Amino acid sequence: MNLLRLTAVEALALIGKKELTSSELTDACLAQIERHDKDVFAYLNVTGTSAREEAAAVDQLAEDRPELAGLPTAVKDVLCTRGVTTTCASRMLENYKPFYTATCVRQMQDAGIVMLGKTNMDEFAMGSSTENSAYGPTRNPWDLGRVPGGSSGGSAAAVAAGEAIWALGSDTGGSIRQPAAFCGVVGLKPTYGSVSRYGLVAFASSFDQVGPITRNVTDAALMLRFLVGKDPLDSTSIEHPEKITLPEDRDLSGVRLGVVKELVGEGIDPGVMKVFNETVQKMEAAGAIVGEASLPHSAYALPAYYILAPAEASANLARFDGVRFGLRAGGTNDVTEMYEETRSLGFGEEVKRRIMLGTYALSSGYYEAYYGQAQKVRTLIVRDFEKALGEFDLLVSPSAPTTAFRLDEKTGDPLTMYKSDICTIPVNLAGLPAISIPAGLSEGLPVGLQIIGRAFTEPAILQAAYSAEQLMDFKSVSPLIAGQD
Amino acid sequence: MVSHEDVKYVAKLARLKVGPDELDRFARQLSGILEHIDKISELDLSGVEPTSHVIGLANVFREDEPRPSVEREEALANGPEVERGAFRVPPILEA
Repeated sequence: MNLLRLTAVEALALIGKKELTSSELTDACLAQIERHDKDVFAYLNVTGTSAREEAAAVDQLAEDRPELAGLPTAVKDVLCTRGVTTTCASRMLENYKPFYTATCVRQMQDAGIVMLGKTNMDEFAMGSSTENSAYGPTRNPWDLGRVPGGSSGGSAAAVAAGEAIWALGSDTGGSIRQPAAFCGVVGLKPTYGSVSRYGLVAFASSFDQVGPITRNVTDAALMLRFLVGKDPLDSTSIEHPEKITLPEDRDLSGVRLGVVKELVGEGIDPGVMKVFNETVQKMEAAGAIVGEASLPHSAYALPAYYILAPAEASANLARFDGVRFGLRAGGTNDVTEMYEETRSLGFGEEVKRRIMLGTYALSSGYYEAYYGQAQKVRTLIVRDFEKALGEFDLLVSPSAPTTAFRLDEKTGDPLTMYKSDICTIPVNLAGLPAISIPAGLSEGLPVGLQIIGRAFTEPAILQAAYSAEQLMDFKSVSPLIAGQD
Repeated sequence: MVSHEDVKYVAKLARLKVGPDELDRFARQLSGILEHIDKISELDLSGVEPTSHVIGLANVFREDEPRPSVEREEALANGPEVERGAFRVPPILEA
């Protein structure tokens, strides 16, 4: 049996029946990492020794096994893990070992997961291709000449390559959903506030949210159950009002589905549109009531986001000053010079660009024209969603305007790279939950379907996504996984 | 348009050093991004309330109770230069 084809739920069932041990599964993932990660480079740090120990410990348990006992899990390197280097793919944090663990990781560990390692990403989660990693790009398991998307590209690629059963990602403007789409896996961005941000290295605090990257929708629901919860250590976290249940076998009867007209026109690749349209037709045939929804201000989402997120980033990244942790440039004479040298040495180009953009937008004389206005646009986007989600239960669009692009295709022009997130960014501005599920292939590359819901309606989104998933003739099995059959 | 002077000014505010060879590129790229951002000026935003936070939390209070904090050794463990239980930094005040 090819263990790498297993989903988390399938693996748990086999482990529960003693037909599989966590050690066997962990070894299978580590062997796959050994085989392919030189090329894929999904991991910045593989914690093989501790993973084997954790798996062996789980296998020793006779009774009272925790619910996720023994599942090999990849963790995005933006999440703090006690005693394990956490770099955010930056030179700034090359040797940083946190003395605490992010709440979401701890909750997963309390439930028994085995951590395989920390995954590659765009530096400080700023990017859409994982090419902004200071340690080198991750490659797409479907085509090693292409990017996996970003910023959670390492996590998405690890899951797609069979180098983990599932993974944790984070999403500020699409950083879970867009790489999930590019890598043919499932990615869920929960409602803002659902998942504690304690221990998530901050990029843009009013947008950032941690979520699951998995091989199917049921796994995403399972992981979400262990991520949510109010955390005294994050005052923006709140108790999820809905019980997160696993989806059931049912069709889409009566589900009012709005196709977002602004996200299916100009700028979306024809191959992506073809798969998207076929998917919507299948959902309609399965009982969904399909209509046209409108988010009239969505063209202003990208401009507003690229003021607000860099502004928040410029404040958040001020903490990297060479004093308490991280890099410090040597040979400087005064403290200002030390700050400047340290930050110039430690940050990569995209991070510097965003810090400068955010600083500019917040600087005296520009604050009202940029930051103040962008906050008002954010209100208009929130209202657009309120109206559309008053008329429809769920909204759908492609998850990204294209399939995975080639390495270096977009690195020369930041704005072109930013536009890779046009389908996902509006959702973050409104703090809503949304999922990307694989809908099919276009010229051999995965296409993602995005499903957006009202705040805290993850169960409804997951149920519809599951029903839709059953209609697709797509299995999340990349050539690297199939190669082990 | 973002000028070289603008880039230098913003870099200084952000405590970044931008080399002479980078000025041109950053000025050009930031100009391109800001040009796209200026699309916002098409909108009439008078009377629209700003949104800074989406889930409508206002003040979040908790009891002010003492609880264990970070051990000094742990807090210092990642410091690039540590001396006698403190972070060492270059001179801040002129002697």
